[in-house]
Amino acid sequence: MRGLRLRIWQAGLLLFLLLWWEWASRTGRLDPFFFSKPSDIAGRIWRWLSTGEIYPHLYITTLEMVLAFFFGTLLGVVLGLWLALAPSVAAVLDPYIKALNAIPRVVLAPIFTLWFGLGVLSKVALGITLVFFVAFFNTYQGVKEVSPVILQNARLLGARSGHLLAHVYLPAAASWIFSSLRTSIGFAVIGAVVGEYLGSAAGLGYVIAQAEGVFDTTGVFAGMVVLMVFVLVLDALVGQVEKRLVRWHPKAEGIQG
Amino acid sequence: MRLLELRQVSVSFGPYVAVEGVSLGLAPGEFVSLVGPTGCGKSTLLNVAAGLLAPSEGEVLLNGKPLRGLNPVAGYLFQQDAILPWKTALDNVALSLVFRGVPWREARERAQAWLEKVGLGRFPRHYPHQLSGGMRKRVGLAQVLIANPRLLLMDEPFSALDVQTRQLMENELLRLWQEDRKTVLFVTHDLEEAIALADRVVVMSAGPRSRVIGEFPIPLPRPRDVAEIRLTPEFLRLHRKIWELLRGEVMRAHAGA
Repeated sequence: MRGLRLRIWQAGLLLFLLLWWEWASRTGRLDPFFFSKPSDIAGRIWRWLSTGEIYPHLYITTLEMVLAFFFGTLLGVVLGLWLALAPSVAAVLDPYIKALNAIPRVVLAPIFTLWFGLGVLSKVALGITLVFFVAFFNTYQGVKEVSPVILQNARLLGARSGHLLAHVYLPAAASWIFSSLRTSIGFAVIGAVVGEYLGSAAGLGYVIAQAEGVFDTTGVFAGMVVLMVFVLVLDALVGQVEKRLVRWHPKAEGIQG
Repeated sequence: MRLLELRQVSVSFGPYVAVEGVSLGLAPGEFVSLVGPTGCGKSTLLNVAAGLLAPSEGEVLLNGKPLRGLNPVAGYLFQQDAILPWKTALDNVALSLVFRGVPWREARERAQAWLEKVGLGRFPRHYPHQLSGGMRKRVGLAQVLIANPRLLLMDEPFSALDVQTRQLMENELLRLWQEDRKTVLFVTHDLEEAIALADRVVVMSAGPRSRVIGEFPIPLPRPRDVAEIRLTPEFLRLHRKIWELLRGEVMRAHAGA
């Protein structure tokens, strides 16, 4: 009952804001040129969906995001494991990793466009630079924080290094990695959209940039809404995966990265 | 012939000398309790026996040969939980066999039999956080015993349990031990527990530089019930005798702390 009341209040707030926006825009209190209005935005989204003109863009953005997410996580996990298990390598590379992570990733977009062109590849590269560090730091931390007692116990039970990796280090880091999946996916989306926005021929970021170029605020807002729904859906999907994969965890319901 | 023998073992951590000149031999099938005040280096000696820690001086002999690296015939039950939180009770127990090259299928079958032996036959699919403290200890015990170690090292394994669960576990341990009489080195700060379980009680002095200051054979009849045996006159006589020696050390440990 409490849950239902909460939902009603949440939906009520949304409805109120939308109605107020619509009313203010129609009565001239908000300039429709700068702020558009909800009914126009809804109409635009409907047109995009019914004519299907948005689907190729959604496909491109999804592709870029999934690739960035997959390869960024893979690279981060492998390197995180390696550095955590080889402290001397970690000590050598430490300043480099800090330095690389200090670069605001947006400034890399132009150079990636230069290197990889206007297509999918430059966006994937940008996404990877964002996702990599989340996966890397979480894996590193996860391996470092394995309880020494658990480790000693496994060794005394006869575990070799391969066993330790498969049954101790990776599962320990996995809970950290999975709990940060949402952050990672958010970063993958940022990489894709920002890359598209700064230079591309397709994708949701491109659609928004195009609309902005002709002062089409309705188009910009419609693009934002589609993007928002898109990320919310992905987030919910990741939430489901997360719940399954950290089933053993006592706090599996409330993990955050 | 002794199964395990410590000869004039000293362990220091930097300038701090934890134990000094300890000699201790374990005959096959013997149950030895090691008691002493907190911080007297009991766990340090256990780690030396397990091969987790190399002595600074003296030597450790296993079947008359010097021990190098991890002790291959030892099973170690830690004070803290050492089972893997991301594996079910069944898989935690099976893992000891998997580490030794037994295929998962067979390992799980044998693990189920061991879970039943420690009274957890109905909980194979439970994760550690879903089990009580006593149940987790049982999983840990099964995990160690399934590998059939000839030497069992126990570091205050029941100290975190409530009194009833603790007596239950002590009886359980004696029952399992009675089956094949492994050699046991049981570390505790609880003198009653030490006497109720052991064939021989070894008393250590307060640290630093703790030494063995007394050895007492415990000629109480077996099989024993740990709750009942505490009330026998013979038990009380032994308790009084050992406590006389131990009390001074406990006082010293408190004064130092």
